Amino acid sequence: MSNDWTRRTAAELAEALAAGEVTSVELTRAHLDRIAAVDGDATSGIHAFLHVDTEGALAQAAASDERRAGGTPLHPLDGVPIAVKDVLTTKGLPTTCGSKILEGWVPPYDATVVRRLKAAGLPILGKTNMDEFAMGSSTEHSAYGPTRNPWDQTRIPGGSGGGSAAAVASFEAPFAIGTDTGGSIRQPGAVTGTVGVKPTYGAVSRYGLIALANSLDQAGPVTRTVLDAALLQELIGGHDPLDSTSVDQPLPSLVDAARQGATGDLTGVRIGVVSEMSGEGWQPGVMARFQESVDLLVKAGAEVVEVSCPSFVHALATYYLILPAECSSNLAKFDAMRYGLRVVPDGNPSAEDVMRATRDAGFGDEVKRRIILGTYALSSGYYDAYYGQAQKVRTLISRDFEAAFERVDVLVSPTAPTTAFELGEKLDDPLAMYLNDLATIPANLAGTPGISVPAGLAEEDGLPVGFQILAPALADDRCYRVGAALEALLTAEWGGPLLDRAPALEETR
Amino acid sequence: MTDHQGTLVPFDDVLASYDPALGLEVHVELNTLTKMFCGCPTEFGAAPNTQVCPTCLGLPGSMPVVNGKAVESAIRIGLALNCEIAEWCRFARKNYFYPDMPKNFQTSQYDEPICFEGFMDVDVDGETFRVEIERAHMEEDTGKSLHVGGATGRIHGADYSLVDYNRAGIPLIEIVTKPITGAGAKAPDVARAYVAQLRDLIIALGVSDARMEQGSIRADVNLSLAPKGSGVLGTRTETKNVNSLRSVERAVRYEMSRHAAVLDGGERILQETRHWHEDTGVTTSGREKSDAEDYRYFPEPDLVPVAPTREWVEELRGTLPENPTAKRARLQAEWGFSDLDMRDTVGAGALLLVEETVAAGASPQAARKWWLGELARRANDTDAAIDALGVTPADVAAVQRLVDAKTINDKLARSVFEGLYAGEGTPEQIVERRGLAVVSDDGALSAAVDNAIAANPDVADKIRDGKVAAAGALIGAVMKEMRGQADAGRVRELILEKLT
Repeated sequence: MSNDWTRRTAAELAEALAAGEVTSVELTRAHLDRIAAVDGDATSGIHAFLHVDTEGALAQAAASDERRAGGTPLHPLDGVPIAVKDVLTTKGLPTTCGSKILEGWVPPYDATVVRRLKAAGLPILGKTNMDEFAMGSSTEHSAYGPTRNPWDQTRIPGGSGGGSAAAVASFEAPFAIGTDTGGSIRQPGAVTGTVGVKPTYGAVSRYGLIALANSLDQAGPVTRTVLDAALLQELIGGHDPLDSTSVDQPLPSLVDAARQGATGDLTGVRIGVVSEMSGEGWQPGVMARFQESVDLLVKAGAEVVEVSCPSFVHALATYYLILPAECSSNLAKFDAMRYGLRVVPDGNPSAEDVMRATRDAGFGDEVKRRIILGTYALSSGYYDAYYGQAQKVRTLISRDFEAAFERVDVLVSPTAPTTAFELGEKLDDPLAMYLNDLATIPANLAGTPGISVPAGLAEEDGLPVGFQILAPALADDRCYRVGAALEALLTAEWGGPLLDRAPALEETR
Repeated sequence: MTDHQGTLVPFDDVLASYDPALGLEVHVELNTLTKMFCGCPTEFGAAPNTQVCPTCLGLPGSMPVVNGKAVESAIRIGLALNCEIAEWCRFARKNYFYPDMPKNFQTSQYDEPICFEGFMDVDVDGETFRVEIERAHMEEDTGKSLHVGGATGRIHGADYSLVDYNRAGIPLIEIVTKPITGAGAKAPDVARAYVAQLRDLIIALGVSDARMEQGSIRADVNLSLAPKGSGVLGTRTETKNVNSLRSVERAVRYEMSRHAAVLDGGERILQETRHWHEDTGVTTSGREKSDAEDYRYFPEPDLVPVAPTREWVEELRGTLPENPTAKRARLQAEWGFSDLDMRDTVGAGALLLVEETVAAGASPQAARKWWLGELARRANDTDAAIDALGVTPADVAAVQRLVDAKTINDKLARSVFEGLYAGEGTPEQIVERRGLAVVSDDGALSAAVDNAIAANPDVADKIRDGKVAAAGALIGAVMKEMRGQADAGRVRELILEKLT
């Protein structure tokens, strides 16, 4: 095992802390040093972070060490540092959602997820980069410059949670919190070789999660191993009285499921390959790695069948009606009057002039595009044709899932149709960008859980491929069991974690 | 002038040519301890922006959670209005920009109200109108703006505006009637009686402070005229935030006359909102409300649906107070009030107060005498609500007990009320501190009577001649000498003893 604390998983760090091999201050400092060395800025380096809270993280680490010395750690993960996507509010720490319109805003309250991290004693390293208001699949729509993929810095790290995934993949943080509205945890996980989980809708509180689309948003873990993800989801999950949509019943143990899966035995598990998630537009190298993984699962004892979910072909269109509708309403509050950016034009401007100038300067093109789309989709005369219709298709997609889960325990597919594309490649073609979320979106529409685990590198470009496992609502444990099994089998084949094959990062400082 | 304020058609003439249709939308601010979607307190009159949190400020990331007590109040109101209670309903977002509304959408109910299809029978001068209720739905109130620097207190001409979000998120129930037709000349009275009866019901339910002058009940008055006998509905105007019973009646009357003037002039009524001006008794144009207004309603994704169980609804039905109409009839019979007495009592908003005063031991006539004489006058003079004078039903009963015990007389009682307004303590304490007790000590009274007889020999002679009615003048003189603190009955007896 490397002596470099940044190479360890969160579970390993927790053990080392418990064994007294290291202090929280030491490993928090190691990660802060790594961030300082490789994160760079908008023009070079990984640029996974928008705000690094050196002082705060070290203070939290020192407090953790004191607790541990006193024999009263708050949680097994007490003292293990973490990074948080900038879409979650953090009391006293800037929260921008990757947007200019929230530049300089310091929330007066913590998101429930953040509150739970703090209550368990995890030092927060900082806030990670993201597409503005989580709109995008490449983190290029961040108003503060793109994040780069640690595997190839000319490539995108996925989105919208590219910052969280890149921070974990570049060993700047042992693990991170992301949010997934249409794949924003799983797709970045896939293209950076990390594990990304979208829990069941409501399994993790949304209070303090600055909403993109409230009926789709879900916070979840970004980690290097399935076990770390299980530990993290169990920590941040559970009912929250501040979020009435949060699930008010216990989930089966995720850590137990991950440990069970890690034995590599999937006897009796029925796996369905979604036939709609392959074919034209799916990169051959991605499909090849996917097929190899399926073969491994068969060897592990799983029964594999092909399953059709015919409504999934409409998922993308449905998503791009429901999401803009909700976000057009959510973003109306940014009116330059109470917080964030305020642009005052020359002359004697009216309140409306100030609002217009601020929104013009504060919102990026993609955000404006979706506000307009959503406003249109909800407007009278079009509501039934667009939003109403989309809700009906959403029901059909849920029924497809229900029918499929009568036959199989989990559904599988590649997480994204391609590996990481080049920065700038799809920036001027929104529809091409949207297609990258084809395989992840159905789970958000249905509220079901999904996980992406690294499945190796595509032949043609040597970039990571993700393997997606979908389960019925509240059966998150199945994702963890199958994910951990695949991870164990693949890691054995590779002779170590996939991320060990990533290029060493040049220090930018 | 398009408003035709100068050329109103006389009310009786309106009815010769048109049939009025009324619609009332009444907002009731619930008296829950916390707001509709967060745990902030709802106390009235707190320092600005001291009762706020991320949720009612609409800060990024904040989320609403429904107040169960507000749902309970909504259901009880619905049941009292004979409504159906939805088995499953949702909140919706009503998207529009409003300076006092921090999210720039209002969380309300749209096509799925919690209560629908009810009615209330309204009494107008012994005649009963059935007002059909279309719906009663839950929503949140907005904040309040203060426009500083302008002459009018309105936003136009102001230098800047201050916003107080204490009221943002306070639970509201909006009760919407179906169009009320067929009231004819009684339309203004039906409107007033409906709101008055609704207010009584809300008070009886205990779900709101029900103070119109503080805005905890606000009425929007819709009115339209159609050609007489045509059976159609005309274009309506909506007069917003009418905040007294009298104004409801006046606003209907005014809009009827104004509509008729517009229509007689061959013009069209604009579908618009209008402002009511209490001081001048007119309405003026607000914003034009055309069909183009688009609230882009959609179900609020942050809230789970509200699905009251039938058991709960039935349990709540069991908590309903006596129907106010039936209760009024019962009280009138019990108290022996004439129709006129009863109407005056209700009109003064004193029914409940009289009831409580009777319960505290006073006779119905005495209770009525104090509330409608002394207290209603005081409320009128000081522009206060009758139940906000600092005088409770128990106080009134205590005053009457003092009168009955001849400790004070009616005149001294007024001084006791002065003391109560000033917060000087209980009636008994005020009598003592102000030294108001009636003197019935015969020695002191006898001396005063002798003085009065000596000072008024002419009057004394008349009484000696048998003109007993003249005794009043001597009683007055004695009272004057005793500064009102004499037992008038005993004084009279003494005068007659001495002179006849």
